[in-house]
Amino acid sequence: MKRPEAKPLIILLLAAGGGLAFATPAHAMHISEGILPLGWCIFWFCVAAPFVAIGLGQLKRTAARDLAFKPLVGLMAAAVFIISCIPIPVPTAGTCSHPCGTAMSAILLGPFISVLVASVALLIQALFLAHGGLSTLGANIVSMGVMGSFSGFVVFRGLRMAKASLPVSGFFAGLLADWVTYLGTSIILASALKGSDAFLPLATKIAIAFIPTQLPLGILEGAMTAGMVALLHKKRPDLLVKMRVIRAAEVASP
Amino acid sequence: MNIRGNSLLCLLAAWSLLCAILLAFPCAPLLASEGKAKWQGVDESVVEKVARDHGREAHTPLINTDQGDLLLFVFLLAGAVGGFAAGYYWKSLMGRQEARVPEEEP
Repeated sequence: MKRPEAKPLIILLLAAGGGLAFATPAHAMHISEGILPLGWCIFWFCVAAPFVAIGLGQLKRTAARDLAFKPLVGLMAAAVFIISCIPIPVPTAGTCSHPCGTAMSAILLGPFISVLVASVALLIQALFLAHGGLSTLGANIVSMGVMGSFSGFVVFRGLRMAKASLPVSGFFAGLLADWVTYLGTSIILASALKGSDAFLPLATKIAIAFIPTQLPLGILEGAMTAGMVALLHKKRPDLLVKMRVIRAAEVASP
Repeated sequence: MNIRGNSLLCLLAAWSLLCAILLAFPCAPLLASEGKAKWQGVDESVVEKVARDHGREAHTPLINTDQGDLLLFVFLLAGAVGGFAAGYYWKSLMGRQEARVPEEEP
């Protein structure tokens, strides 16, 4: 049986895979090995650890309760991994960067499991793709996993409570999650590298330097998140109800 | 998605894009540095630059795949595996829906 509705997603996934396969590797919010002093690396690992542990517990409980949950986690893990690897050239800045995909996974899986998904993606990238680092993994989990997932989740839930439509809520969740991720990277870098300088001017300087690249990419991330949520609403509204993204009464109108 | 929701989303996306372009151009010179390669990742043009300015240098990764074309191969492999996994799980999720919807008699 043909499913024409699935074609855009298949094309998107193929394009993403193709883009990843043939792109010249470039990195973005990932903090490379050696950039953070050891004390800060340990500190960010300690900050990230409880989120990852709670995510693991939630994943175990939910997967035992619902068989459809594992494929959704697998889909989100693959999507976050691919999305956070693709270097996208931004002509306004002349640089490359990537979206994160954490808003999408936080909306669909919850923020804690989204942190876990981001951690796995970041670990594989640090190990095999020279993307980020093992010592800086904790810091990268905090910026992309924790800050990205929680900001996206809070924005989405807030807008839904304010009666915004599903795609509009998804758009702003993606947009804000992307920007907050890079704000998180700015804060992490500034706090570790400031030395005797003031924290705020350095953090602001780094955040401003991200703007030319991340402003347009945030919009792309918003559009991707809105598209994914709308597509799942069309194809599997029952799944969104089960994941408490929408109420059963909303199935007829997004 | 209803027509009103569609129009609102398009309007918001257009508005955001316009703001992004208007803000991005004035900020672009902040990234400029002498001899900066075109299409660098922001980790190099921002993160590593700031780190260098503050006396920290990025180290070689533990498993250094950034050697010659090896990194291209690893990215190709990661793209293939990631794409396959995404497609497999998507099919798995959507296949369940098909199984629930009975097909019409011809």
